[in-house]
Amino acid sequence: MEFTRRDTLAMGLGAAVLSMVPFRASAAVDAAVEAFTGGADMAATGIELTAPEIAENGNTVPIAVNAPGATAIMVLAAGNPTPGVVTFKFGPLAGSQSASTRIRLAGTQDVVAIAKMADGSFARAASTVKVTIGGCGG
Amino acid sequence: MASGVKPRVKVPKSAEAGEVVTIKTLISHKMESGQRKDKDGNVIPRSIINRFTCDFNGQNVVDVELFSAISTNPYFEFEATIPEAGDMKFTWYDDDGSVYEESKSIKVG
Amino acid sequence: MKFKALTAAAALLIAMPVMSLAEPDDDHLVINGDLEIVTKTAAPAHMEETGIDTIMSGWHFRADETQQLEMDDFDNPGMIFVDQAIDSWNAVEGSAGKSCASCHDDPSSMEGVRAVYPKWNEAAGEVRTIAMQVNDCRTTRMGAEAWKYDGGDMASMEALISVQSRGMPVNVAIDGPVKAVWDQGKELYYTRTGQLDLSCASCHEQNYGNMIRADHLSQGQINGFPTYRLKNAKLNTVHARFKGCIRDTRAETYKPGSDEFVALELYVASRGNGLSVEGPSVRN
Repeated sequence: MEFTRRDTLAMGLGAAVLSMVPFRASAAVDAAVEAFTGGADMAATGIELTAPEIAENGNTVPIAVNAPGATAIMVLAAGNPTPGVVTFKFGPLAGSQSASTRIRLAGTQDVVAIAKMADGSFARAASTVKVTIGGCGG
Repeated sequence: MASGVKPRVKVPKSAEAGEVVTIKTLISHKMESGQRKDKDGNVIPRSIINRFTCDFNGQNVVDVELFSAISTNPYFEFEATIPEAGDMKFTWYDDDGSVYEESKSIKVG
Repeated sequence: MKFKALTAAAALLIAMPVMSLAEPDDDHLVINGDLEIVTKTAAPAHMEETGIDTIMSGWHFRADETQQLEMDDFDNPGMIFVDQAIDSWNAVEGSAGKSCASCHDDPSSMEGVRAVYPKWNEAAGEVRTIAMQVNDCRTTRMGAEAWKYDGGDMASMEALISVQSRGMPVNVAIDGPVKAVWDQGKELYYTRTGQLDLSCASCHEQNYGNMIRADHLSQGQINGFPTYRLKNAKLNTVHARFKGCIRDTRAETYKPGSDEFVALELYVASRGNGLSVEGPSVRN
């Protein structure tokens, strides 16, 4: 694979732009997390969040969450105009504490999932999803 | 009631007692986010399904709160434990007060 | 020197995922675990001069997550509209007091139809698309209002009709009475339009597999139409897609249902002769 100087410059610029993607609504994210956890610490293990690295269209992005032993899982999109995505509460007949859905992402951003465990503890996972801006589609 | 709302659910017809089964649900709904503007620049008011529940014989499987970041035609996949034969009831709650319901029977054995 | 190496390494990291997308993949499409779909096959004889020897469904040009949505009818949001069309199929409308079902019984009677349209209609003396045929039924047999050519009702009905032929090879006729219309469609395919001066062939014959901005250019096959697009979360018709493409070249477009688009549909459909009917497909 060979790069011309121009290619390398352009790609370097792309990398710089990616690293500067603004993360909006951080106050709203903090408020939503606070409301869900009451400010408790969150473990980095115990919850799994599956999301594509690159979404072909931000309008329909498949995600899945799995947190064995959780009573509820909240999902937030940190870079959307409003961060709320979905909250799953698992009842006595839930076969697992896992679920999948399809979500909207306004741009490249972090998707955050927080699980509330049966013992009152919390766990958090996050995943960056790059949202491409299409050409024509098809 | 929003127009053309049609629920689809995928549930096994039968299960073993205590078996964990996969459930899929899809409902046609625009899920207007409240973020878009019309041609005249006015914000189109939010109109979404804000809650979805699944119960089996009156016991809850999952209770979901939806926000405007859920895609058009909301899709959910999850698992349920089937302790005995009975009816699985699905309910979607619209911002406009409409309630959409679907029910499926599951046999055991 | 050091800086250069670092930049090149960074460029490599950024470039890799994009590069891996640059060729159509070799995945295999099976719907519901048992319906085999031919998504790659030898190009029909009439395409010899194009330099394309393998024709490919647009499915190969999509990301895995999008491809998966088409592999199970429950995951495919386009199937919602098939359900809605079953209701329309059975609904009595118009002055004759008839529904589609009054003459055609079950939608399964439409098996094979999607594979051979657009097609010559001897009585009318013209090439007809499925949408034209549906509207002819509605106006002349049912005494009902015609549907908007590329509207939601029509797209849903086309999806219902398409599903009956899923897996069957596309096989539109290109000679005999349709020859003149097919020639017209071919002419349009190679005609550059708009400020960007692009023809269908510029993107879908000469550059399929390449990226146009962040989008992966397909061969522009229409065997998967109507198509549920993640972009607008609804079914999209062939003519609406043609209109979008021509608009994107920054040209005034022909109208959905126009003679030009009917001719273009016939020609583009014939470039997919041999691929399976796939609609309603799922694309980005």
